Parts: sequence; C-alpha cells; structure tokens
Amino acid sequence: MKYVDEFRDGDTARHLAERIAAEADPARRYAFMEFCGGHTHAIARYGVASLLPANVRMIHGPGCPVCVLPIGRVDQAIALALQHGAIVCTYGDTMRVPASGGLSLLKAKARGGDIRMVYSAADALKVARQNPAREVVFFAIGFETTTPPTALVLRQAAAEDLANFSVLCCHVLTPAAITHVLNSPEVAQWGTVPLDGFVGPAHVSIVIGSAPYEPFAAAYRKPVVIAGFEPLDMMQAILMLVRQVNDGRAEVENEFVRAVGREGNAAAIAAMAEVFEHRESFEWRGLGTVPDSALRLRPAYARFDAEQRFSLTYQPVPDHKRCECGAILRGVKTPSDCSLFGTVCTPDNPMGSCMVSSEGACAAHYAYGRFKDIPVVAA
Amino acid sequence: MKTDYQRPIDWRQGRVDLNHGAGGRAAAQLVDELFARAFDNEWLRQGDDGAALPAPPPGHRLVMATDGHVISPLFFPGGDIGGLAVHGTVNDVAMLGATPLYLAASFILEEGFALAELKTIVESMAAAAREAGVAIVTGDTKVVERGKGDGVFITTTGVGALPPGRAIGGANARPGDVVLLSGTIGEHGVAVLSQRESLEFETRIVSDTAALNGLVAAMLAAVPEGAVRTLRDPTRGGVATTLNEIARQSGVGLHLDEAAIPMQAQVAAACELLGLDPLYVANEGKLLAVAASEHAEALLAAMRAHPRGRDAAIIGRVVADERRFVQMTTRLGGRRIVDWLSGEQLPRIC
Repeated sequence: MKYVDEFRDGDTARHLAERIAAEADPARRYAFMEFCGGHTHAIARYGVASLLPANVRMIHGPGCPVCVLPIGRVDQAIALALQHGAIVCTYGDTMRVPASGGLSLLKAKARGGDIRMVYSAADALKVARQNPAREVVFFAIGFETTTPPTALVLRQAAAEDLANFSVLCCHVLTPAAITHVLNSPEVAQWGTVPLDGFVGPAHVSIVIGSAPYEPFAAAYRKPVVIAGFEPLDMMQAILMLVRQVNDGRAEVENEFVRAVGREGNAAAIAAMAEVFEHRESFEWRGLGTVPDSALRLRPAYARFDAEQRFSLTYQPVPDHKRCECGAILRGVKTPSDCSLFGTVCTPDNPMGSCMVSSEGACAAHYAYGRFKDIPVVAA
Repeated sequence: MKTDYQRPIDWRQGRVDLNHGAGGRAAAQLVDELFARAFDNEWLRQGDDGAALPAPPPGHRLVMATDGHVISPLFFPGGDIGGLAVHGTVNDVAMLGATPLYLAASFILEEGFALAELKTIVESMAAAAREAGVAIVTGDTKVVERGKGDGVFITTTGVGALPPGRAIGGANARPGDVVLLSGTIGEHGVAVLSQRESLEFETRIVSDTAALNGLVAAMLAAVPEGAVRTLRDPTRGGVATTLNEIARQSGVGLHLDEAAIPMQAQVAAACELLGLDPLYVANEGKLLAVAASEHAEALLAAMRAHPRGRDAAIIGRVVADERRFVQMTTRLGGRRIVDWLSGEQLPRIC
C-alpha cells in the first residue's frame, strides 16, 4: 500500500531500534509519555515497545477520548435517550463506555433507547433532518480532532434553523490535559514519575499545530516530538526524544511534518472559536476535575446545547474504589499493578476508563501486550 | 402444468404477506412456484414435510451443522444472503473433513418483503447448492409482521458423511504443527461494510463467499490421513478469533508471522480508513488448517493448485503454551498478542 508500507518497513524499524539502543545512555532511564490513544494503540498493535531497549519506557497517557469520558456524562446521554425519548447519536467507541447502574449506551439501546452509532457529526445532523418530529442529540466527544466537525455541524444547524437538533458537548482540550498530568493537585495522592518527554498527538496537532506545545515545553522543561500514527513515526519520535534528553534540550520538534505545521488549520480553529468557549472546569475520568480543559457551546448557540435544552445537571460518579486508572494515566503505575486488571476488569467487562476503548492503556496492554507479564514456554 | 391457483404470483410488484406463511393456498403456491422449482430434486418433488434420505455407507459417520443467517444488507458486492446461507453450512460440515450431502432451509420472511428480491435470493441459493454438489431436501417458511424481521432470515442445516478413521477438529493441534491459511483475508466483512447505510464507500472489494468442500477434498487427497489436524473457516470474528478458538480447544499457543498473512491492498486500505483490524474481519470463503509440519509443503501445494486456495500461505506454527496465547511477530519485527475480539469491532474515533 503506497504511503503506508513505507512506514511499517521491518528493516527500517530494526535500523531505528539499533539507533535508539546506541544513543540511549545505559546509565540512565528514559520515560516518555505518548499522550494520544492512537499512539498507544499503534505501539501495542505493532509491538513497538518490544523493539525498545529496557531503559526506554513508554507511558500511556490520558489521550483516549473515550477513556477520559466520565461516568456522569454517559449517564446524561443515557437519560436523554431513556427519559427524554431523544434519538442519541454518537461515535462507535462511545457505545461501550460503562455508566451508572451497570448501563452503557449499548445496554441502554437494548432497553429501548433510540441510540444510533454514527461515523460523523454530519450523520447526526442527517438523522435530525430525517426525524423532524423527534429530538435528536449528538453526544459529541473527543479532542481537537473531532471538535471542528461538531462546530461545522452546529453552524449548519443554525443556518437551517433546525428545531430538533442539539449537542451534548463533551469535547476536551489536549494541552490542558498534558499540563494537568504534570501539575495536578492529585500528584500528592498518586505520586508522580519523572517524565522525560512527550510524544505529541498526530491528528490533534494537524488541527491546532505545534505552537500550543511551545509554552508547555518551555515552562516544564519537557521535550515534545509530534509524531504520526505509523509505527516508524513512533520510533523516529522516540529517537528524537532520546537525542533531546541527551542534549539537555526541551524543544517542540515535529516528526509529522507531512501533515502538521506550526500554526495548524486556521479554518478549523476559527470554526471552533466561533461555536465553542472554554468551560471553567470539566471532570475527566481518571484525572478528576481539570480547569479550562473542555469546551461548551457559546451563548449564541445556546438553543443547540442539550444541557440547557433538557435542563440537565451534572452528577459526578466515582469509579470503582480499587481502580488504579488515575495512577496509570499519569504513568505512576502500570496496568498489571492494578488488582482489578485482567480479573474483575477486562475489555469485555471494563471497570475503569483505561480498559474501555482499544486505545486505553489497560485495554491495549490486555489485548496486545500481556504476554510480557507471563513467561511463555517456547516450542 | 395448469394449476388451480386463483392468481399467478406477481413476481415484479408482489410482496410477501402474512398468507404466505399461513400454511394455506398462498403458502403452497409460494413453495411450489419458488422453492421447489429452484431447488428441484427427488425429495422435494415428493412434497412431504421431511425427506427420507439414504444412510451413509457402513463405518461412515453423519456430520450435522446448522447456522442462522442474518445479514444487512441482504445483497452485497459478490453475493447475497442466499448464497451465503448455503456456503456457511456447507463449509461447517466440510471443516470436519466430511462430504456435505444435504441441506434443510428455513426462511423467516418479513411481511412486505419484495417477492422479486426473494426470488433472486432463492435462485442464488439454488445455484450455490448445485455448485457445492448438495441438495436442499426440505425446508420451512414463516412470515412475521412488518417491523418484526429484517427482510429475510435464513437458517440452513447441513448433513454430510465422514469416512471411517477421519478425525479433524479444533482440539487436535499439537506443538510443532503449522498453521495454513487458504487465501487473502477480510474481503467479506469489508464488502458488507461498504454497503451499509451511513458507511457507503466506493470499492471494488467483493465478498469471498464460497463453498470450500472442493478445496477440502483436494487437501485431504494430497496428504496422508491424520496429517490435517484441524480445519476451520474464519467467519465472524475473523482469523484472530478462530485461531483463539483452536488454541483454547487444543490447549496450545500459536505464533503467527504477520508478513505471511495474505491480504489485498484494498482491504488493508479500507480497514485502515475505518480503524478496523483485518484479523478480526469476517471471511466466508477461506479456511485455516493446522497440519503436521512434515506434510505442510505438500498441503500448501495442493491448496495453491485449487482455485479457492490460490493465495494459500503458511502463516504460523503451534507452540506449547498453557496460557493458550495467540501471538504474532509484526511486520515491524515486534511481538504482540492476537487476542479474542471483545464485543463487536467498533470504529475508533480518531
């Protein structure tokens, strides 16, 4: 496959692995956080971690939009379907996120809720046009990647003066979350590990550009290398991070130059700014309440805001008390440190946020990497 | 033959109604003019509610398999639910090393379904059965009210004969054996997805739906009895799920080589776009075989000599592993687990 196979070439991977091993100082340890769930998935799916030397460790950050969606928000979406009789449209992954009372959107659908999986925000708008007599709510989640399409759909709904469409906005912001990982009030509770640098998100950075990471890199003295989702992108970014650490630099570098520029996509940023404003605070599953880390609809779009339209109030719901997601998302603990991992909490019955989506740290480790925890007898 | 029916069936504009399932004249007319005519054979011609079939030769055992077919859309690139309903059950029988002989077919039709589409589906079934060399000897038709079905559901039950001494099953894989795959993966699942409402995309990928009993016969003829330990068609859940089933049944581990797994570039591209792992995407015309390593090359040659096994490849080997893990060396040279699928594979968000 042209333009894909090039980024999965085994020989190049071996060469990069040799470079990383040669340049990583054996006298020290390197801990890098890949913030983005897409990177977590790629690392696991292609076995990237098994190509790294023992002293270079990847820590899976909180960058999976499904994983950080708090129970209380899923409860709101379920209530819209079951109590308000609305058609709730959402992205596929969101359907399985556990909510209160043993429910999820998938289970609420089985109980009669009209809940539909869509592949784009525009599909939700189409459902609203096709069902003028019903309330249609788009349960909008995701980072800066999925936010511009929601903004465009809201603009379109306003232009059409669509009376039966609204959005339950749970869009969250990447830089705020990265900062929070390093600087959260819960550090004292969970402790922290020295993070030596970050692999910056791919799709998010296409939208916002590389510039938003610059103040962060400077303030926290942490290098950031923005990388694509292909496994060789990841390995190249890890090599670049090792070199920055060795040089004592803390810069924003861009491995993903084929798609990401410094300034991002101006049209997408403008659409987001027109439709959304910052929330003062937003609860993230596993991270707690993070200030200025999420978006809500501006007053000009209030009639499309499902929270206002249906007078929803937010009710936080705590995770399972033995769930270690908070510590895992910060890199303080690994999935196998959690007593629920692989027994009570599995991809078929996720208890904590990290097990929900295939991009979650625990789910990725369960699905792709748990052989490392258990010795395997060779043939 | 002149019949005593009041009106001929309107195959162009007509629709299934509740009378077609009520057991009266309309139902008899539908059976005679559609099912019996399309599937025509000596058992159906007798018009009884069941079929009296010859017993297999002494020492042979009967193999029986049944499968409910529920698919949306009913027509997809490369096939339809009718052909699929024959292929699925023929393959289930063939995967035990048996020769499929007879099928029973049960139709649940939704009131309002177009008779023209039903005719197309039934004729597709008849063609698939002829090609596979099996007879559809008995059946049933029910009609449910509009809104209580999805057009057509078809359940097929197959019967086949297993020669004496043949033991092929999921529990027979042993450390040291090799894993073979008959061809490229993922075409059926991607072809169906490409036609789903809200996900339509332009593609030339067609379903691989096909009967595999011919391929199985060629394979078994090429190697000594016992060399083929396991045969399994990787349908729902794909290659990954099927291999996990074999690992669990046999109490072994499997090691795969990702680079050896055949796949069309278009399937890889579509899966990439949708965020799906092709190892979990459904196939309807492929088989996985576990075989003794000393006969692997002969088996591979026999598979490649058959039209349904042209792209066959050795994709892995069986290892001792009490954890029953299916592991894979990735194209990148890394190592990962190929786990059971959790629920349905859902597209990732970004």
